[in-house]
Amino acid sequence: MTNLPPPSAKKLGLVIDLDTCVGCQACVTACKGWNDQGYGAPLSDQNPYGAAPSGTFLNRVHSYEVTPDEGAPQIINFPRSCLHCDNAPCVTVCPTGASYKRAEDGIVLVNESACIGCGLCAWACPYGARELDPAAGVMKKCTLCIDRIYNDTLPEEDRQPACVRTCPTGARHFGDLGNPESAVSQLVAQRGGYDLMPDMGTRPTNKYLPPRPKDARATASPLAPLLDLQATGFAGWLDRLLEKF
Amino acid sequence: MIPKQPTPDLSPPVSDEVRKTTCYMCACRCGIDVHITSGKVTYIEGNRDHPVNKGVLCAKGASGIMQVTAPSRLRAPLRRVGPRGSGAFEEISWEEALGTAVQWLGPLRAKAPEKLAFFTGRDQSQSFTSLWAQSFGTPNYAAHGGFCSVNMAAAGIYTMGGAFWEFGQTDWDRTKLFLLFGVAEDHDSNPIKMGIGKLKARGGRMVAINPVRTGYNGVADDWIGITPGTDGLLVLALVHELLKAGKIDLDYLARYTNAPCLVDETEGEEKGLLLRDELGKPLVIDRTTGQPVPYDRPGLRPDLGATWKGCRTVFQHLAERYLTAEYAPEAVADRCGVSAERIRALAAEIADVAFNQTITIDQPWTDFRGETHAQMVGRPVSFHAMRGISAHSNGFQTARALHVLQILLGTVEVPGGFRFKPPYPKPAHAHPTPHSYFMPGRPLDGPHLGFPQGPEHLALKLDDLTPARIDKGFTWDNPLSAHGMMHMVISNAVAGDPYPIDTLMLYMANMAWNSSMNTAETMAMLTAKDGNGDYKIPRIIYSDAYASEMVAYADLILPDTTYLERHDCISLLDRPICEADHAADAIRWPVIEPDRDVRGFQSVLVDLANRLGLPGFITEDGRAKYRDYADYIVNHQRRPGVGPLMGYRGTGDAVGRGAPNPNQLNAYIAAGGFFTAEVPEEARFFKPWNRAYQDWAVKMGFYDQPQPYLFQLYCEPMRRFQLAAEGFHERQPPDHLRARILATMDPLPIWYPPFGDDAGDAFPLHAITQRPMAMYHSWGSQNAWLRQIHGHNPLYLPEKVWREQGFAEGDWARATSPSGSITAPVALMAALNENTVWTWNAIGKRKGTWALSDDAPEAIRGFLLNHLIDELLPDRGDGRRWSNSDPVTGQAAWFDLRVRVEKCAPPPETLPAFPPLKSPVPNAKGSRQ
Repeated sequence: MTNLPPPSAKKLGLVIDLDTCVGCQACVTACKGWNDQGYGAPLSDQNPYGAAPSGTFLNRVHSYEVTPDEGAPQIINFPRSCLHCDNAPCVTVCPTGASYKRAEDGIVLVNESACIGCGLCAWACPYGARELDPAAGVMKKCTLCIDRIYNDTLPEEDRQPACVRTCPTGARHFGDLGNPESAVSQLVAQRGGYDLMPDMGTRPTNKYLPPRPKDARATASPLAPLLDLQATGFAGWLDRLLEKF
Repeated sequence: MIPKQPTPDLSPPVSDEVRKTTCYMCACRCGIDVHITSGKVTYIEGNRDHPVNKGVLCAKGASGIMQVTAPSRLRAPLRRVGPRGSGAFEEISWEEALGTAVQWLGPLRAKAPEKLAFFTGRDQSQSFTSLWAQSFGTPNYAAHGGFCSVNMAAAGIYTMGGAFWEFGQTDWDRTKLFLLFGVAEDHDSNPIKMGIGKLKARGGRMVAINPVRTGYNGVADDWIGITPGTDGLLVLALVHELLKAGKIDLDYLARYTNAPCLVDETEGEEKGLLLRDELGKPLVIDRTTGQPVPYDRPGLRPDLGATWKGCRTVFQHLAERYLTAEYAPEAVADRCGVSAERIRALAAEIADVAFNQTITIDQPWTDFRGETHAQMVGRPVSFHAMRGISAHSNGFQTARALHVLQILLGTVEVPGGFRFKPPYPKPAHAHPTPHSYFMPGRPLDGPHLGFPQGPEHLALKLDDLTPARIDKGFTWDNPLSAHGMMHMVISNAVAGDPYPIDTLMLYMANMAWNSSMNTAETMAMLTAKDGNGDYKIPRIIYSDAYASEMVAYADLILPDTTYLERHDCISLLDRPICEADHAADAIRWPVIEPDRDVRGFQSVLVDLANRLGLPGFITEDGRAKYRDYADYIVNHQRRPGVGPLMGYRGTGDAVGRGAPNPNQLNAYIAAGGFFTAEVPEEARFFKPWNRAYQDWAVKMGFYDQPQPYLFQLYCEPMRRFQLAAEGFHERQPPDHLRARILATMDPLPIWYPPFGDDAGDAFPLHAITQRPMAMYHSWGSQNAWLRQIHGHNPLYLPEKVWREQGFAEGDWARATSPSGSITAPVALMAALNENTVWTWNAIGKRKGTWALSDDAPEAIRGFLLNHLIDELLPDRGDGRRWSNSDPVTGQAAWFDLRVRVEKCAPPPETLPAFPPLKSPVPNAKGSRQ
């Protein structure tokens, strides 16, 4: 079993805005594309043109329908990937030390050369955020694009995860959630960002911003007719409309 | 244990090289950075500098790499060797393929050029393909706008000089209230997503009007699950409420629209037309003098309420119509499926934002009458709409109604409202009229498509006044069919109505599957034979990059490249990619070379033009003017100095106008694949009337002299068709169409029930499709990543239907329309209009196509609604073939579809099922990597 390092001051992670996510899947394929050629083994696709295509993805988006007690049914698009937990059960369960949490920034990674593909970490993760790649036989998970965010061959502005860079609505934010002054921490504070399944005790770094209340009544007062149309007729209406013009 | 922490390489080089080109995974046309490693594409991301997407990219764009490696890619030209529709082909050389095409096309051009019908689907080079067809001499050319969204485009052009998407956009940086009609996802995909993100970041509100709450509707603050086909009624009820309360922009209407123009009310051939002076300028009454003067007189104060010699203003006609109780919220509520209270609340919210929350930019500007305004004042309400409201038989008038609503609010071309993108605005009268006069061996007399101003512009043969075009575009059946009617071509050609053809040439149009209404019958038509055993459509040439369903129904296949292997231009002459603050164009260039014997279709057309000796492609001494499409892009001049690309002209520094520059493509490549020209600050709003904009547009070469104009609340060209139907034109409609023309060509927006409603009570439900964000029509199922996101498509049922018939998860149902039935898996959806069922668009595939295995979910559980939609209206017993289209524009009325749904035992696969097609390429085996 593998121990966690002492909690780091710097906690890199994502803030995902469920109010803005339109479920377009852009982050899903940008992640697939980057990580197919990035850190570790490629992300294979089994039976890609057959009856049951099944590929390895580090980030998936699910759409759910929610019917509130009052008001119209709603759609929640929910992107799902590793939350880089402070108290990561996927690390402590690892028999070889392949699964680890970085001491300097809190990113949870898999050292593929030490991974035996036993799958214990995927069982331990309550968020379903890990996928065993059948072609490579190793566990794959979100790396927070560790080969982008520190990559000094990339322009400064591109040193962010592929999913964040590509997100068309700007629903994904990357930063240091250990620093209360950071833009992401401020966003979490302003918008009531929350932990996923806090009762699991995993203390995830990633935060979700809740959808704003929907289908609320407009606050504008009802429009008052210029005058009683039936009584005055069209000519009266026209006179009243144009009198100040 | 804490093992020693590994030290992964944090700065690996991403690739050998980045090549910047333009995406083609849909029609959004974003800039992409294509990473190349060892000569292969290894990663694709958005180009940060690009005006369309500014670095972001959608799910489709980031999956482009899988288009290159798709096993469905065609490998070489193909000649059919079995019966049509069997999929039996042999690979042949390009020389043989081109020789065959010339053998077929040469004699046609010499004797009967109209017997070639050339229609393109998702073509992004229409200014080029149309020029080719024009040079060939056939009147039978169009792209796919007729079954896409011509209602929206044409209604926008006729009303205000442009519509949504490529014509204009919401002022995303300033708008406070955004209303979205009939859009789950759209061509303008990334800009809309970016815009919604901006709106939400600023705390703005979004209201979605759509029978289905999916796509963008999911993040809307308010969702109105309207009944399909009733959007026009809702819009006119909003107009009613706003008029009644006086919440309209009178100053804007008086200055910039034809609201103050006088309508002739004397009986006779001019009744209902605008009064004009001797130069043909519409007359308005000047409030200062009470006298009629031309609308553009400097210092004029137009009177909206004037009456002169018994003639009243457009404004009075308009107000009188929409103030009637017919348009009151109570009168429309049941029909729309929206409560009167809700409609009132929406009207109030719109009025509040438009008139109590105005925004101002301190930027002086001068209008076309010479008056200088100290500021630009805006009403921050904006709208976007597309196929959901336009793909109905009442779609043109509905789209007109929406444009009129925007104009009444004064939100068009103002800060916070809707903004045109250069080279728009461009009113209908500044566009060409349709041309259809053909002669053996001669080019057509002008561009095929355009905007008729009256019956004199219809595409009728000069001798017998029968339809000149195979699709019957621009005829009395659908006079304003500005994009043609591709959906009628095969049906009409097989019926020999209006005449038979010889060769059908198609590009990127999957007519044997998801791009046709009545798909099963279309496949039968493509293989139908006459009494002699000859195919009724004797020859079919098709170009596609992939083994689509249509391939199997063609005789000669000209295999296209992928978008990463070709030259293209996204041109201002065509369907531009400009933004409101700048003109923009772009190129594609071969960032990789094809690994097989395929050629870009545009270059193939240049080759064919050279071999056929088409005028315009050949010099006076008979030499080829253009080597290939790249050469055409650089050297073609539409007008002197104006070519397909605006940047780097002349010696490299000329913009818009300038001589061809042989280094132009290299300059584009060096600049990231695109060029932008900023609209001057003073010219950024009020463009139709803004002198600074008009002057800039002339300088850029959009047009040759300033052309300010008034918005057309009252659409005079439509009235001219009504006059003809009343007997006042030398061209007379056939008697069976008079009543329909009178009813539907109303110059002020109207609402009438979609023709599909005639199906009656036996078909109580509406059936529509929605466009998924991660899939573009048929282009995606061959993509290993995208098909994992959308591999099949259930028929979504509302709670009412689900409950009434006791459906449970895993059930199947049969959906029956007046013309057919399908059987498919169902799923429950609560966020759905209670009388509507829906599914994702174009996910279902035919077995044996796209190099998918025969048991692929797309073929076994996926399905098309197309089988339920007839291209003709039900037979009226009058011997006529009535097209299932909008009577104004001919837009295919897909969304008029009515069905009933019944639970049934699950068959082994969705029905109708078709035998597998023999694939022209081998299927893939095993896994990727």
